[in-house]
Amino acid sequence: MPDAILSALLLQAGYNAALVAIGSALLGIAAGAGGTFLFLRKRALVSDAVAHATLPGIGLAFILMVALGGDGRNLVGLLAGSAVSAAVGLLLVDWIVRHTRLAEDVAIGSVLSVFFGLGVVVLTVIQSMSSGRQAGLEGFLLGSTAGMLRQDALVIAVGGALALAVLVLLRRPMTLVAFDPGYAAARGVRVQAVDLAMMALVLAVTVIGLKVVGLILIVAMLIIPPVTARLWSERTDSVVLIAGALGGLAGYLGAAVSASAPNLPTGPIIVLVSFALFCISLLFAPSRGVLAAAIRHRRFQRRVHRRQGLLALARNEPILDPLTLKVLRRDGLIRPDKVATDAGRARAAKALRDERRWDVARQMHQDEGVSGGYDGLTAIETVLTPDEIAAIDARIGTPALADKGVV
Amino acid sequence: MAPPKLELAAEDGARAPSPEDIANASLALSEITVSYGEKPAVFSVDAALPRESMVAIIGPNGAGKSTLLKAALGIVPRLSGSVRIFGQELERARDRVAYVPQRASVDWDFPTRVIDVVLMGFYRELGLLRFLRKGHRERARACLERVGMADFAERQIGQLSGGQQQRVFLARALAQDAELYLLDEPFAGVDAATEKAIIDVLHTLKTARKTVVCVHHDLATVADYFDHVLLINVRKVAEGPTSTTFTAKNLQATYGGRLASTHIDQLKLSS
Repeated sequence: MPDAILSALLLQAGYNAALVAIGSALLGIAAGAGGTFLFLRKRALVSDAVAHATLPGIGLAFILMVALGGDGRNLVGLLAGSAVSAAVGLLLVDWIVRHTRLAEDVAIGSVLSVFFGLGVVVLTVIQSMSSGRQAGLEGFLLGSTAGMLRQDALVIAVGGALALAVLVLLRRPMTLVAFDPGYAAARGVRVQAVDLAMMALVLAVTVIGLKVVGLILIVAMLIIPPVTARLWSERTDSVVLIAGALGGLAGYLGAAVSASAPNLPTGPIIVLVSFALFCISLLFAPSRGVLAAAIRHRRFQRRVHRRQGLLALARNEPILDPLTLKVLRRDGLIRPDKVATDAGRARAAKALRDERRWDVARQMHQDEGVSGGYDGLTAIETVLTPDEIAAIDARIGTPALADKGVV
Repeated sequence: MAPPKLELAAEDGARAPSPEDIANASLALSEITVSYGEKPAVFSVDAALPRESMVAIIGPNGAGKSTLLKAALGIVPRLSGSVRIFGQELERARDRVAYVPQRASVDWDFPTRVIDVVLMGFYRELGLLRFLRKGHRERARACLERVGMADFAERQIGQLSGGQQQRVFLARALAQDAELYLLDEPFAGVDAATEKAIIDVLHTLKTARKTVVCVHHDLATVADYFDHVLLINVRKVAEGPTSTTFTAKNLQATYGGRLASTHIDQLKLSS
């Protein structure tokens, strides 16, 4: 099996497997990048309604092509049909949100289910037609790459490239609308048109991806890579780039894995690979990852305990908390018998003096800029200038502190 | 017994601006009505705000102050009325206007840095195809400098305090180098240091012969900050120089019973 995956990765597993791998990678790039703005606009689920709304169009296009005496399975014809009905579904969601009191989630849910139901009915009708038995339209539900042709890969490549070109062209208006639609409108950006362009982009990706992953799972390729990319970056343009890269990687790896053994479905495997990348990122991403957050929390907790312990030392209070004792001992601030070391006494005195300084600072500066800086942990030197601290020390009066042996 | 005489809230509120007023105004509004559903949020408001001045739009919560600003910029659709900016149609005057939205109106966890937000101010002049250049970055940095946020340029915007967020929004507006600045509650929920920083910047704008219009909620600072006021409560109540229009009578008419008379006594009002 590893050999089989390796040969598929190196595009050595036969002509069809190589086509599928390249096609899936291209689709993954277009879907990941194209889905990012929808995700940032917090409208990711609209893509699910769009995807499900393709089904009646596929069926009706088939019937129409057969009725006109042609081959009902012509891919371009089927995709054109799916695009039309997906566009109708999309405009319907938009219309419901704009002109009724229904919220977007309701609009998505109803359009998704009604169009999908209609599609299933049309497919059933086709099953009963004499020419419909071998239509193989069910393949559009979950994708079917077994009989993928060069033409199919070409459709994905051209469609994906066009989608990416639109993305590059509209990146600034889409960024503005996703971040701050009010400001965008004030600058003369037509927010509704940009929103529709975002959707149209997703619609195009959905249509070209029908053959590979199918309409039920395409939404995963539009949503998972942007969400994953967001874990790695704090900049819009790099989130788009990383999402495209992750989508392409998932498409390529998924196709290779599914080619390594007979009867492994391509679309679902791509989605699972994408999910695996997400899990890895969720754990290990810097700053937004779960592990990084846990480490930060632990460090913060130790800082709090160290500070509390130092203040207790300075005030000659007993320290009972085991974690506080552990932290102080490990930092060499107390001896094993809980008595402060020289370093511990010095740090404790400084901690207590800073507390006093903060007390005075809060009386002198009433504004949030200073008082907001006081959280019990922030070093006063990072908020106030040496001159200000000297002024505070003058007000505290050194003798009083000296009496207590603090200075 | 004769019925009590009805008194107009304010005489200067009743007069609609003349064509000359509109041509000379920075922002001229004629019979603006905006409605969410079938309840007008702003009803038939006229105003001709003077050029090169600091204008406050004042009124109670729900009076339609922010909505009026958004309608003036075409962010929310108008049911009726027209807008002129320096005598021009809105679409022709877009480049002359900078808008600072309420900071609560956006998601501050958006993946962008402080400098990127300021650079958004250049998007319109860049169009779709041109690239950001070093000069743009330098200008953006200079704008951050003006609001005291230069040290935060590379920070993710989610790490900013409320006051810092407000300053970044102001810096984005400065980047546009506009003539008319429309700010929606720029002082809401910010610390005193930020309020001072913002008002200083706004005053330099006025010195540079720009016009500043703020939706404002703090009656105590109106007389200090602004030289012209527009009082509204769904309808226009009064408009004019702060020295003559910011009176107890007009405030009472704007706020009704919501403003305690003890509060009014403490304000620096014109008589």
